[in-house]
Amino acid sequence: MTIDWQHFTPWSALAGGALIGLAAAMFVLLNGRIAGISGVLGGLLNPTRDDIGWRVAFVAGLVAAPLAYRLFDTLPVPRIDAGTGALVLAGLLVGVGTRYGAGCTSGHGVCGLSRLSPRSLVATLAFMGAGFATVFVARHVVGV
Amino acid sequence: MQILTSLLAGLVFGLGLILSGMADPAKVLGFLDLAGAWDPSLALVMAGAIAVGLPAFALARRRAVSLIGAPMRLPKARQVDRRLVGGSLLFGIGWGIAGFCPGPALVALGMGLAPALVFVAAMLAGMGLFEAIERRRARERTRPPLRSP
Repeated sequence: MTIDWQHFTPWSALAGGALIGLAAAMFVLLNGRIAGISGVLGGLLNPTRDDIGWRVAFVAGLVAAPLAYRLFDTLPVPRIDAGTGALVLAGLLVGVGTRYGAGCTSGHGVCGLSRLSPRSLVATLAFMGAGFATVFVARHVVGV
Repeated sequence: MQILTSLLAGLVFGLGLILSGMADPAKVLGFLDLAGAWDPSLALVMAGAIAVGLPAFALARRRAVSLIGAPMRLPKARQVDRRLVGGSLLFGIGWGIAGFCPGPALVALGMGLAPALVFVAAMLAGMGLFEAIERRRARERTRPPLRSP
């Protein structure tokens, strides 16, 4: 393993992480809910009348974030290397997987670990491990 | 009120995802590539988020209602089962293929990036597929589907 010092951004990572934690803290202390994005989205596919509003609002906030970010700083441009086929496959796996596993990086990773939930620790280790393994196979075995 | 606080929480969450680099799939894959040139930044994203989240959830656990009077709905599930592990493994594989997880994909969608639209559409289709399978299973068992948050 070699550290990629050129791309390592410790301060913005910590500060951005603190903002993510703040959002999760606001959400649980104000709305009494877990800020799990796959759960919020998944619930929209099978909504009840009184929970559709806050779900749409949360998603709208996420989608509007780049607009707000531009008020403070230049918006970074993400690099997406995956082709359409890979994006479709990845999207399907993420959609099905996060619903079966009842959470993603936000619900299990941020909120679950913050609540010291053993279930979320197992889920986080599982998806992180699978992510490490997938990138290893893709980059160093198959070589894409 | 809950709609306003949800909008605000989503907005702050998204700002954090952009600032931290999580909304950039190339950066996420740089973190997942342990055997290559490894970018440890995302470990610090988690550390920053948990440092703020830990006291908030400790406080939340001791309350029955939220600060604005909403019922406190913390997950009650305790069991570590095949669904949890299998689902998380599938999610991790998808995450490793494209470098997108649900939140960052929605933020990238807000940036107007076409690949993010493809990913989000496929992700919603995957979630819909899950719903359809669950409903069918529930019909077969003739009892209501299990929904965990």
